Amino acid sequence: MDAILLQILNGLDKGSAYALIALGLTLIFGTLGVVNFAHGALFMIGAFCAVTFSKMLSFSHIVVDETKKDFLGNPLKVEVPYIHDLFGVTTGDAIIDWAVPLSILFTIPVMIGIGFIMERGLIKHFYHRPHADQILVTFGLAIVLQEVIKYFYGANPIPTPAPAAFAGSFDFGAMLGFEANNIIYPYWRLVYFAFAAVIIGAVFAFLQFTTFGMVVRAGMADRETVGLLGIDIDKRFTIMFGIAAAVAGLAGVMYAPINSPNYHMGMDFLVLSFVVVVVGGMGSLPGAVLAGFLLGILESFASMAVVLEFIPGINQIIIYLVAIIILLTRPRGLMGRKGVMED
Amino acid sequence: MEFRFPVDTAFAHLCRTAGEESAGVFTIREEFMSFSNPTRRGLIKTGAIASASIALPTYLRADGHTGFTNAPQGDTVTLGFNVPQSGPYADEGADELRAFELAVEHLNGEGDGGMMQTFSSKALDGTGILGKKVQFVTGDTQTKSDAARASAKSMIEKDGAVMISGGSSSGVAVAVQALCQEAGIIFMAGLTHSNDTTGKDKRANGFRHFFNSYMSGAALAPILANEYGADRKAYHLTADYNWGYTTEEAVRSSTEALGWETVNAVKTPLTATDFSAYIAPVIQSGADVLVLNHYGGNMVNSLTNAVQFGLRGQTVNGKKFEIVVPLYSELMARGAGANIKGIIGSQNWDWSLEDKLGARYTGTNAFVQSFGTKYGFPPSQAAHTCYVQTLLYADAVTRAGSFNPCAVVEALAGFEFDGLGNGPTLYRADDHQCFKDVLVVKGKENPENQYDLVEIVEVTPAEQVTYAPDHPQFSGGSLGTCNPGA
Amino acid sequence: MFGLNKKDGGLLLIVAFLALAAPFILNPFPEGSAMAQFNAGYPDLMQRLVIFGIFAIGFNILFGLTGYLSFGHAAFLGVGSYAAIWMMKLLTMNVIPAIVVSIAIAGLFSLLVGWISLRRSGIYFSILTLAFAQMSYALAYSVLTPITGGETGLQPKYNDPRILDAALEPGQSPRANLFGLDMKASSELEIGNWIFTFNTGYYIAAIVMLLSFYLSIRIFRSPFGMMLRAVKSNQQRMNYTGLNTRPYTLAAFVISGMYAGLAGGLLVAMDTQVGAERMFWTASGEVVLMTILGGAGTLIGPVLGAGFIKYMENIVSKINKSVLEQWFAFMPDGIEDIMITLIYPFVGKGWHLTLGLLFMLVVIFLPGGLVEGGQRIGKAFSRKKASDDTTDATKTPAE
Repeated sequence: MDAILLQILNGLDKGSAYALIALGLTLIFGTLGVVNFAHGALFMIGAFCAVTFSKMLSFSHIVVDETKKDFLGNPLKVEVPYIHDLFGVTTGDAIIDWAVPLSILFTIPVMIGIGFIMERGLIKHFYHRPHADQILVTFGLAIVLQEVIKYFYGANPIPTPAPAAFAGSFDFGAMLGFEANNIIYPYWRLVYFAFAAVIIGAVFAFLQFTTFGMVVRAGMADRETVGLLGIDIDKRFTIMFGIAAAVAGLAGVMYAPINSPNYHMGMDFLVLSFVVVVVGGMGSLPGAVLAGFLLGILESFASMAVVLEFIPGINQIIIYLVAIIILLTRPRGLMGRKGVMED
Repeated sequence: MEFRFPVDTAFAHLCRTAGEESAGVFTIREEFMSFSNPTRRGLIKTGAIASASIALPTYLRADGHTGFTNAPQGDTVTLGFNVPQSGPYADEGADELRAFELAVEHLNGEGDGGMMQTFSSKALDGTGILGKKVQFVTGDTQTKSDAARASAKSMIEKDGAVMISGGSSSGVAVAVQALCQEAGIIFMAGLTHSNDTTGKDKRANGFRHFFNSYMSGAALAPILANEYGADRKAYHLTADYNWGYTTEEAVRSSTEALGWETVNAVKTPLTATDFSAYIAPVIQSGADVLVLNHYGGNMVNSLTNAVQFGLRGQTVNGKKFEIVVPLYSELMARGAGANIKGIIGSQNWDWSLEDKLGARYTGTNAFVQSFGTKYGFPPSQAAHTCYVQTLLYADAVTRAGSFNPCAVVEALAGFEFDGLGNGPTLYRADDHQCFKDVLVVKGKENPENQYDLVEIVEVTPAEQVTYAPDHPQFSGGSLGTCNPGA
Repeated sequence: MFGLNKKDGGLLLIVAFLALAAPFILNPFPEGSAMAQFNAGYPDLMQRLVIFGIFAIGFNILFGLTGYLSFGHAAFLGVGSYAAIWMMKLLTMNVIPAIVVSIAIAGLFSLLVGWISLRRSGIYFSILTLAFAQMSYALAYSVLTPITGGETGLQPKYNDPRILDAALEPGQSPRANLFGLDMKASSELEIGNWIFTFNTGYYIAAIVMLLSFYLSIRIFRSPFGMMLRAVKSNQQRMNYTGLNTRPYTLAAFVISGMYAGLAGGLLVAMDTQVGAERMFWTASGEVVLMTILGGAGTLIGPVLGAGFIKYMENIVSKINKSVLEQWFAFMPDGIEDIMITLIYPFVGKGWHLTLGLLFMLVVIFLPGGLVEGGQRIGKAFSRKKASDDTTDATKTPAE
């Protein structure tokens, strides 16, 4: 029982990452009709926003310490962050410690900016091109983006820890009356889950309850008619692209402490998030979220030692197996609309 | 089978044979041979086939001068450095490449000579190899066996490389080693840790300086028992591919021999990035040690996840919960950040070895000095093994007096040397594996600077990690005989 | 010629000429010159160019004609490769059984995958094929290690059974051959400073590629091909006419799967090893890119695309800093450093960056792929010629 509960928790957490990426992907697809293979790269750039921001915070000048030696036996050059000079060592370190949550403020404008540039500069010209062309050009863009990151940050993962306050883990077992220490879960993952829930809720509320959202939804359903009504749908779509990029970026920032960011993490997520979107049903936002959580939880269950004993290797293929079964039983995924991307 | 074309003098003048030993070889009689340009890339099999074409078996006829693939012509020799330049191990590859460049510099008599000063064999004198200036070509393995082979083949076929080295995974090492065996080239493996490279997939033309899974297990077990007690319960998470299997087997068998119990061993996909689903059940299993048989990004992520789940703060069975990482590297330690502190693992070499443990490991400081001066940071163990492999190859060629792979194999097999940073070392003839001391290291609690990531717990002497050539963990392969190629 | 019309016959002849003269065409620069770095006329790369050409030609039969975008074709290539290497391990190093069996096994596997995946269309179909391929990759890399060799792959060893072959002499390694004709055997022709390599394996692969190309032309021009195009333009209408399109699409799927298997078998015949990465999704993505980059739906486009990508992968990735230093050695030091700093990020370890940029440029400016680029150049020339001939006589429409 407690093992199952633990895996559900795990699944929810993994699922929230899938769901966030899939949500952005579906937003772009649903509004603009563009298959964006660079979405994983946006996720990755988000994570590197956290890296960049914490690097900016610890931007330092060099003080030579004669008492210590470096590896060649020369006097050690110690890097002292400017922030120590500004706020003192204690406050300075505290600010650096909180770099990841703080970098959200940095990420949102950066990602919206990147989204705008991408849409206006590139994607816009591909609305009327075949999906194959869209895939190729965004795939090329994804490669370029990740190579640029690799050029500046290298290929090795960069540790980006969460604030010390979130370093521990929460004992669910004790709370629910199980044995202590049996169901523990890291605080930061709980934060991530809550954060994902808030973002998903906010996007839905935005589309559901604002006039802007109404127009966008109408545009998703029938772009031409909305255009005929004299509404400048293109401008709104640009904004939607910016929002989708920001959602992917935020998913990445908050994910940085969970897995140290590296330049190819976007590609690692890309295929899975496409599977999630399609299993959810093309063009359906609730479908994407639902499929994200579903596949996340199933993947967690498949990783259990008991399961692996019966079916070795099931953890390797569970997501694809489930995707096949779902697509064969439900032709348009869980909640897909008819006629979207079927030809 | 032999193919002869009608001898037209003009045409024959243009044609050179470049056949391989068996079939489809054009043969030309001596009187039509062209000797015009002896400084061609090695692939061209110049002249001197001589009258042999009439009677001798084909493979002797291919190249009368040398009788092997890519025999260096003129005053240069080309080495091929095949390292991952894209993909997750690109940084490791970049470090290997730095070491190769340094080694070439030293061989050609530039720079301060590095480990050539401390190397026990004094055959190398800084005038290249056998008086030929060393040149090199580079390629990208992408850490994929296909790409690595394509890259190595272009070095052999296009650039005339006579030796290939580098690589950062066992899949690539085994694939390229097999290719070099077929082509008649020497392969000096870079970073490859799986038992298979010198076990079931060993080849006569391939040599490995790096240590292997078995050695990690054998070196770690006594120290683990010492540090953590002999009645531990271990839980293994194992990367689901060959290297993971051999490492798990090695660590399991050597820890179980000392009284540990293995509670469970779960395989994790190579492509996994989030290991929470594997880490979370560890505590419930009653285990008090977690062994992470992971490498690279897998290890960074699984260790980070394990620390996040608070495993290290736990007390299980009345003992402090511990995490072990059998194969360690500086880059992984850097990627894992603070999470690596206090974690035990094994290494082939570390740049602080000579400072910490004295003159037995001479060569270390010489190498660190010249690498550090050139690049500004200390070398990784991947860089070290690649540098050493290049020197060892050059030395073997010099001692053999020939680039012929069979001569090199003979010179390297059973070669005992010292002064290359690992203490006295043996290149065993039975499997072309180096036997030397293995470092057991621990993530440092209070690093003095950004490169000071690991502290050396102990060094397990070579005798303790030596195994019989027919050890079951290495069974199923055969070295075969050396192949000089065409 | 061979039942082709004049235009297609001409195309076939051009391709045949390019393939047979490849050792010359791909080695335009003299040995030892700075540009020799760009020579691609060595056996391994030439073999890969034609083999991936075959792979892309096959993929184009499915994607170019029916519009079904498979994201899992690398699985068929991988399965074909495994079948071929097992033939070499068990039966004989002769490539014929290896290639025949690889086509057959890939055909069977694609029949299974196609039969299931073709129940859906559009992106749902793509994801189904992707799922099958990813499962094949994941299993081959891990649990199927006893059959596939997993991480370390499979290579023929000299102690394999090989029941049809005579035992190898000591010191011999098993070599792929065609009735004794060694795939690796090459001969060289030297003219001045140029060296041209003629490789047995390459010519066998090139002949197979020409046959595949010919077959694909015949399929494109056949009533069957017409039917497939009809499926692409409007499947619904086809269904309304009472025609069941599934057998046609399935046939196209299996044919392209067999092409992939053939490519896989040939890869093993030329370079006797298999690794599971061959089936990873990026490999499936690569053939999609090759086809679109070259020009989907055109006959020659996929071959061009395949050549383009493989060339980049093998040539640009090998340009390192010391090569750059050689190139610009003639310049004054300052300018040399600037040039190297400018170019270095795009070559060697940065070759992916160049590839990504070129993808984008081609798609943005040449919507029809490289073939369209060729057509535009051709048009520019013919227009120029026409205007030269008739000077003022023709009025070109205002642009």
